Amino acid sequence: MSGFRILVGCKRVIDYAVKVRVKPDKTGVVTEGVKHSMNPFDEIAVEEAVRMKEKKLASEIIAVSCGPQQCQETLRTALAMGVDRAIHVITEPKEYESMQPIHVSKILSKIATEEKADLVIVGKQAIDDDCNQTGQMTASLLDWPQATFASKIEKSNGDLSVMREIDGGLETIKVKVPAVLTSDLRLNEPRYATLPNIMKAKKKPLVTKKPSDYGVDITPRQEIVSVEDPPVRQAGQKVESVEELVTKLKEAGLV
Amino acid sequence: MLRASVLRLFSQPIRQTVYLRECLDTSAFPNTLKLYSTQTAVKEQPGTTVSEKEAEETRIGKRRPLENAPFIRELFLGRFAKEMLVYPEMTKEELEHLNQMVQPIEKFFNEGLDSKSIDVNAKIPDEVLQSLKDLGLFGQQIPEEYGGLGLNATEFARLAEITALDGSIAVTLAAHQSIGLKGILIAGTAQQKAKYLPKLATGEHVAAFCLTEPSSGSDAASIQTRATLSEDGKTFLLNGGKIWISNGGIADIFTVFAKTKVTVDGVEKDKVTAFIVEREFGGITSGKPEDKLGIRGSNTCEVHFDNTPVPLENVIGEVGGGFKVAMNILNSGRFSMGSSGAGILKKLIGMTCEHAVSRKQFGSPLAEFGLIQEKFAQMTITTYAMESMAYLTAGVIDLYEKPDVSLEAAIVKVFSSEGCWSCVNECLQILGGLGYMKDYPYERYLRDGRILMIFEGTNEILRLFVALEGMKYAGKELKDAVKIARNPWKNPGVAWKMYKKAVSRQFSSKKRNSENAVSVHQPYNSKLKLHQSLHNTLQYEALLLEGCTEAFQKVVEHLLITHGKEIISAQMDLAKVSNIVIDLYGMTACLSRSNRSYCLGLQNADHEIMLTKAFCKDATKRINTNLKEIYSGPVENNSENYEHIAQAVFKHGGYAASHPLERMW
Ligand SMILES: Cc1cc2nc3c(=O)[nH]c(=O)nc-3n(C[C@H](O)[C@H](O)[C@H](O)COP(=O)(O)OP(=O)(O)OC[C@H]3O[C@@H](n4cnc5c(N)ncnc54)[C@H](O)[C@@H]3O)c2cc1C
Ligand SMILES: Cc1cc2nc3c(=O)[nH]c(=O)nc-3n(C[C@H](O)[C@H](O)[C@H](O)COP(=O)(O)OP(=O)(O)OC[C@H]3O[C@@H](n4cnc5c(N)ncnc54)[C@H](O)[C@@H]3O)c2cc1C
Repeated sequence: MSGFRILVGCKRVIDYAVKVRVKPDKTGVVTEGVKHSMNPFDEIAVEEAVRMKEKKLASEIIAVSCGPQQCQETLRTALAMGVDRAIHVITEPKEYESMQPIHVSKILSKIATEEKADLVIVGKQAIDDDCNQTGQMTASLLDWPQATFASKIEKSNGDLSVMREIDGGLETIKVKVPAVLTSDLRLNEPRYATLPNIMKAKKKPLVTKKPSDYGVDITPRQEIVSVEDPPVRQAGQKVESVEELVTKLKEAGLV
Repeated sequence: MLRASVLRLFSQPIRQTVYLRECLDTSAFPNTLKLYSTQTAVKEQPGTTVSEKEAEETRIGKRRPLENAPFIRELFLGRFAKEMLVYPEMTKEELEHLNQMVQPIEKFFNEGLDSKSIDVNAKIPDEVLQSLKDLGLFGQQIPEEYGGLGLNATEFARLAEITALDGSIAVTLAAHQSIGLKGILIAGTAQQKAKYLPKLATGEHVAAFCLTEPSSGSDAASIQTRATLSEDGKTFLLNGGKIWISNGGIADIFTVFAKTKVTVDGVEKDKVTAFIVEREFGGITSGKPEDKLGIRGSNTCEVHFDNTPVPLENVIGEVGGGFKVAMNILNSGRFSMGSSGAGILKKLIGMTCEHAVSRKQFGSPLAEFGLIQEKFAQMTITTYAMESMAYLTAGVIDLYEKPDVSLEAAIVKVFSSEGCWSCVNECLQILGGLGYMKDYPYERYLRDGRILMIFEGTNEILRLFVALEGMKYAGKELKDAVKIARNPWKNPGVAWKMYKKAVSRQFSSKKRNSENAVSVHQPYNSKLKLHQSLHNTLQYEALLLEGCTEAFQKVVEHLLITHGKEIISAQMDLAKVSNIVIDLYGMTACLSRSNRSYCLGLQNADHEIMLTKAFCKDATKRINTNLKEIYSGPVENNSENYEHIAQAVFKHGGYAASHPLERMW
């Protein structure tokens, strides 16, 4: 076998350093004029795929992003990091607001089949909606084994041995390929897209598709009722002694 | 009314295009707007091949040769190239691509760097240098065919905003590519480029620029380093010592300036020649790194050449043509100091702002005090003007085949180096005692920024350069008028008229004020009609700029007549001339940029308009003061006193006044 064909998911999210603001009408958060970048967990997924290619474990890497026009910037970043080609599944900004992991999973699984991918690697979750569903759903739709929260991926014979981060420790499992993997924080440290590679990425293929091209209906099945800021934390108090602490706790009816 | 519609529409690009079209159809807006609208209009209707072609031509039009005379020089004649009021812009694709490049660099400079330790240890760690090379930052303007990024001036300026955030790195990069390898890039032969550029682009080789010597700083033509041609005529032997060479200790390739014997019309003369010198050639030693006030991580040291053999084919340009090469290199790099300075200031204003809104004294946040507000306003105006000038200059460089922006670039350098110094100083002041502490970056930025007024041409030299070059340009055209005025007996009729005018200017103080100060026309009697190139909301400022331009031309004529050739030594007047023209360029750039922003409805365009209005008002005040001082002459404006005071100090070998406690008896 000449190496895996890897499909990676690249979600465009509000940059982690941005202070997120709720829209006045509470329908969502302000995205206009706000810095966006690739979901950090997806960056890790891309990095892992590129490393596999550098180790000659992979033959081709394809990045997919679903969402509005600007997702192409995210895909260009992936291309600059070493992805070979990209597919942009374009949606209207309005549609995108109500898009759910199930929609993305359907699209990813269709593309995985069409592109004859051996591996799908996605971030374990996106930092905007924190869903943690896409990888699992994609595995289910494809009926492939899954290895989620991967913190180390190694090839063993034709299969993969994956170390997973679980409550209280690490677990190593074996999965047969084809499989779906989701990346955890400690899997690797993604590289910077260098400027010469950004120049080269300009010439790499990027195709645009619609959800309907994959027969996926993205009509919303949920309605966002209200988006609110987390409650502001009240200032704390300092106490002089244990006695005072106990008194205060009693006063508050906590002990 | 129109304005209100812009406000409503400005977040929606498609409607905005419609808005612009409407304006064009009704001719409510000046024709310059067409430039902003064509591209957007085309985007919308892919079918319209005709306008697509037009847009493409406008776009490619950026490779046409410079048709107009250079902007600043022309100002000395009172002529105003109105295309400067159309602020340059990139296509959407170019901008997206540029933003893509900005991301990893921003990330690296915000996360991967410890500027404090670079400053303390006076060294950029090797891993950091390697990362900068891997990112591609060593080959920014080298063409792609030689392995570089092939950035144009605008793109280069944009990246400089980020790399400036660490002064040591910024200077290391600048010494490498803005001056170190620039000679090969702009004056090298195809063979020289093919041989040297690929390794310089990746940073495998680092470059340095060797001009300064112990006895030759500002007076670059006086260098002593010598290159002697061997008897077989194939090799030069290089001998001499250079000082304060950035990257001098780490460079592999040096651009070295040395005196060579050249025969001109049968007479042997010493002339400067530029050479590409490899450390490998031998006979090169570098001194130990200098211990400096700022940019401490940038390597600065002496470089000595002891019989270093340099092959003839390593001459850059012509033998004897080195001085011009040096000046072209320096002229071509200066413009980016504007965006670098703006990059630093934008970051510091943000940090200082956070402090001002959270720090309370006397029961209120600092942000509520008028004196603090004044500081923020001044810093913002200065930064806006700096940024506007830098990108206007870069845009002109990219727009024309052979742009002459040497005066513009010098102006940007002087304005931004001084703006940086004063604004960083104000930021530090707003922080109070905290700003003075090394736990905060303000004092480091203050120290790092100080070099900007010294190297790449000191600000004094550049002020003289701008004023004298402009005067020379004007003088050529005004030669006859000036001659007559200075020698009235040859043409008494004309001379008498001019004399009368001059006398009335000199002696009637009432008239002097009205005639020599900036006067603002009404739109109908404006000659330059600058307001027609700008949105109505900027009409008054357009008239101010016109008034200043006219008054400037008059003062130039006045100085040429009063000083004639002696103008060269009238330094205090020349500096005032430079200060006026710096303000004129600042006004032009702010007007041009905010006009574009306002017409397109960019976010916070109202704020830009306000910054522009404030800058124009301040600039006009300064210009008026300068005009008044020049006209009032050396006695009234104190320059004669300054001369005498300085001479007394020199005569006494220092401070000459008696101690205040001294007694006679
Ligand atoms: C950190 C650092 C890095 C440097 N890197 C490089 C480098 O990489 N390559 C290189 O070649 N050089 C480099 N230099 C040298 C730098 O370019 C010179 O310091 C600069 O040109 C000024 O020369 P000078 O220091 O000899 O000052 P001088 O020329 O002695 O000037 C001293 C003062 O007199 C003023 N002055 C001089 N002449 C006149 C005049 N005619 N009229 C009025 N005022 C005048 C100047 O403005 C200045 O204020 C560097 C210097 C420093 C400090
Ligand atoms: C090296 C050093 C040595 C020192 N030594 C001593 C010492 O020996 N003993 C000691 O007691 N202190 C000492 N200090 C503290 C020094 O006196 C304070 O730093 C100074 O009083 C300013 O206070 P601050 O730093 O808190 O700034 P702030 O009071 O926070 O002021 C910040 C800025 O806001 C401005 N500002 C404040 N209030 C107003 C207002 N109402 N209207 C307009 N502008 C306002 C200030 O002018 C300043 O620009 C020292 C400080 C330093 C840096």
